[in-house]
Amino acid sequence: MKARFLVPLILFLLLIGLFVAGLKLDPRKVPSPLIDKPAPQFSLPGLLDKEKIIDTAELTKHKVSLFNVWATWCVACRQEHPFLMALARAGDVPIYGLNYKDKREDAIRWLNQYGNPYVANAFDEDGRVGIEWGVYGTPETFVIDSKGIVRYKQIGPLTEQVWQETILPLINEIRAEEG
Amino acid sequence: MLPELGNFALILAMIIALAQGIVPMIGAARGIPSWMAFARSAAWAQLSLLVFSFGILTYAFVTHDFSVAYVANHSNSALPLSYRISAVWGGHEGSLLLWVMLMSAWSTAVALFSKRLPLEMVARVLAVMGLIAAGFTSFVVFTSNPFDRYFPAPLDGRDLNPMLQDFGLIVHPPMLYMGYVGFSVAFAFAIAALLGGRLDAAWARWSRPWTIIAWVFLTLGIALGSWWAYYELGWGGWWFWDPVENASFLPWLVGTALMHSLAVSEKRSTFKSWTVLLAIFAFSLCLLGTFLVRSGVLTSVHAFASDPTRGVYILMLLGVVVGVSLVIYAWRAPQVKSAGNFALLSRETFLLGNNVLLVVATATILMGTLYPLILDALNLGKISVGPPYFNAVFVPLMIPLIVVLGIGPLSRWKQDDFGRLAKILRYALVVSLVLGVLWPWMLFGKLDLMVVVGATISIWLVACILLDLFYRIRHKSSFWKGLTSQPLSFYGMSLAHLGVAITVVGITFTSYYSLEKDLRMAPGDQLELGGYLFQFDGIRDAHGPNYTSTKGIISVTRDGKPVGTMYTEKRNYTVQQMPMTEAGIDPGLFRDLYVAMGEPLGDGGWAMRIYYKPFVRWIWLGSLFMAFGGILAASDRRYRLMARRKAGLDIDAKLATQES
Repeated sequence: MKARFLVPLILFLLLIGLFVAGLKLDPRKVPSPLIDKPAPQFSLPGLLDKEKIIDTAELTKHKVSLFNVWATWCVACRQEHPFLMALARAGDVPIYGLNYKDKREDAIRWLNQYGNPYVANAFDEDGRVGIEWGVYGTPETFVIDSKGIVRYKQIGPLTEQVWQETILPLINEIRAEEG
Repeated sequence: MLPELGNFALILAMIIALAQGIVPMIGAARGIPSWMAFARSAAWAQLSLLVFSFGILTYAFVTHDFSVAYVANHSNSALPLSYRISAVWGGHEGSLLLWVMLMSAWSTAVALFSKRLPLEMVARVLAVMGLIAAGFTSFVVFTSNPFDRYFPAPLDGRDLNPMLQDFGLIVHPPMLYMGYVGFSVAFAFAIAALLGGRLDAAWARWSRPWTIIAWVFLTLGIALGSWWAYYELGWGGWWFWDPVENASFLPWLVGTALMHSLAVSEKRSTFKSWTVLLAIFAFSLCLLGTFLVRSGVLTSVHAFASDPTRGVYILMLLGVVVGVSLVIYAWRAPQVKSAGNFALLSRETFLLGNNVLLVVATATILMGTLYPLILDALNLGKISVGPPYFNAVFVPLMIPLIVVLGIGPLSRWKQDDFGRLAKILRYALVVSLVLGVLWPWMLFGKLDLMVVVGATISIWLVACILLDLFYRIRHKSSFWKGLTSQPLSFYGMSLAHLGVAITVVGITFTSYYSLEKDLRMAPGDQLELGGYLFQFDGIRDAHGPNYTSTKGIISVTRDGKPVGTMYTEKRNYTVQQMPMTEAGIDPGLFRDLYVAMGEPLGDGGWAMRIYYKPFVRWIWLGSLFMAFGGILAASDRRYRLMARRKAGLDIDAKLATQES
């Protein structure tokens, strides 16, 4: 048996090792150091209205709110969008958006085209605020309570399942705490 | 009661597949003819059972049997009949059932069309396929059973995902799966040849038509998927480098390399252990794609409901199938002797270039697809790799590939003369350099470096194909006689290569000359784009069987003459509460007009997105040429000739002279 004929097998075994490790990971789950910590402060121009400033205080005006990081170049955001629209129609929880590393005209066009589920959008053109919030990829959604504490972070699209199993119970819990 | 029968048939099929994997294998090792002959009957029995099982699931969909969980999750009483049938493969469980049924259809086809093959070879091939089928059928039975029941049965179903309620999605998965499982035939031939120790020209010739047909299906499947994304997602994009798209593209690239490498193995009896490895790779990548899509290790727009136990099961399947085959490779391949030598300038070298470029392209795309997973596994963070990476690595590899593609068929086996080639190719060089600049400039009036490159290599390829034809027929007594004396495989090859040129033109022109405009339009508003005048005539309410919709009507004129009326829709599917945009498309050979409607903006105004996309059809037209070329090549006379002779070795020499 010549050694070079074993190369494919060895490479394959490495790959299998990677997949075994990969199966244990959830690509949507990223531990965030922000959980149960105060949300990072920011102050950004609004997306639709440049003059209106969106800041952290704006997010904490409600008992609980969602902060959704999105971009028009993100395919998964397109997948998530109908669900955000459904949430917005239900009107239960206010959704704020962070339009991340995007072009203003693209983002406005997106909202016109597919609907605008957001109460307001902060426009983070160079992604600096996104970095402070520890954004790895889009979409990500933070659950913020009225004290400005980050209670949960969802990596990847929000879905009915995540909503029913994780986020909705958490929101009810937060509401119960705040009375 | 019926679903239980379907389930029973499925379990029986699994057991028979297992027997098909074991009995003929032992028969081949021990030389017991009756055990070997069992393979053929087992293949037939397995196919009948799976067709029965599939039929029962289809019947459950047609008759709205919502007590079957899979039906309840993927259908609804308002879903039209055609989509109820296609919903059978609209979810994870049913699509796997389709997969195993198609796999056994390939097995049966091998059993049917292998009458002249040595029984020992047939037994081994069918045994390998039986083992794979047993693995996948058990996956369906144990982790993804489509016949599971709901009790009590829900009153109505949750409906099929609206994105899948579409003609493209009826045909795309079966085509793609036919391609995926089709590569199991080439794989099984390779393993059987390794086990039997007969890795010869006859093996390569037996594998070739099967490989080509599988490749044809995969080509059509990928093209359909791209076409579907183009008109259904409402973005006007046709390729996103999504992990699942990559999962289908990787086996296609390796399959393309395999087809060409098999040609060298057949004609020149060299590259053999490399060809075997490619056959293993092509099918492994099909399995890898399945794993990536169904296990949820990567995030993708195609997310099937992922479930860790399924991921573990497929990973085990992948590990066993590929691991064992690579062990067999490491054990047997060193004994394979490559016969033919070849000079640096020869057709072998050009085909080697083709193989190297395709395999490197595969590796870079695989790397990009897995990179997020690697970083994640090493705890280095979560990232996603997007189109900029893939375009940056893929395009530079394809440019030399197409240059080589032009020269390859004109070159001679074993050794060629530089002067001879240069003399032929100088015409192609001059024509392509001149037209590569002139053609796009005359069409669009502006140039870009990449446009010139794309146009030049496409014209180069077409010129080379025509030169090849010319040199083949110029010594014949008449033009017609020259044309008819060429074998089908030559026309197949030329058409497929022409298809590559057509697709490259389509990609180049669409990428660089598309026009796009987003605007608010109220009834009566007009827009000029790409020489066309679009007028928004207003909206109309409409409703389909399971959705309500708003139709936007746009009439298009060019220089005052009417071109047509386009309808774009915003649909709301009532059960899943999912809005969908149906783009209005006015297709044409040289340009598509594409209109997608957005949200209402008040005062009768609507957000509209209008595209002018030149040559976009050429992308899929080229794929059709490639697929048709593949069909011609696979139906070449010599494969049937070969079928009439036993091992086919004695006609090698005769055909080699006729072919080259």
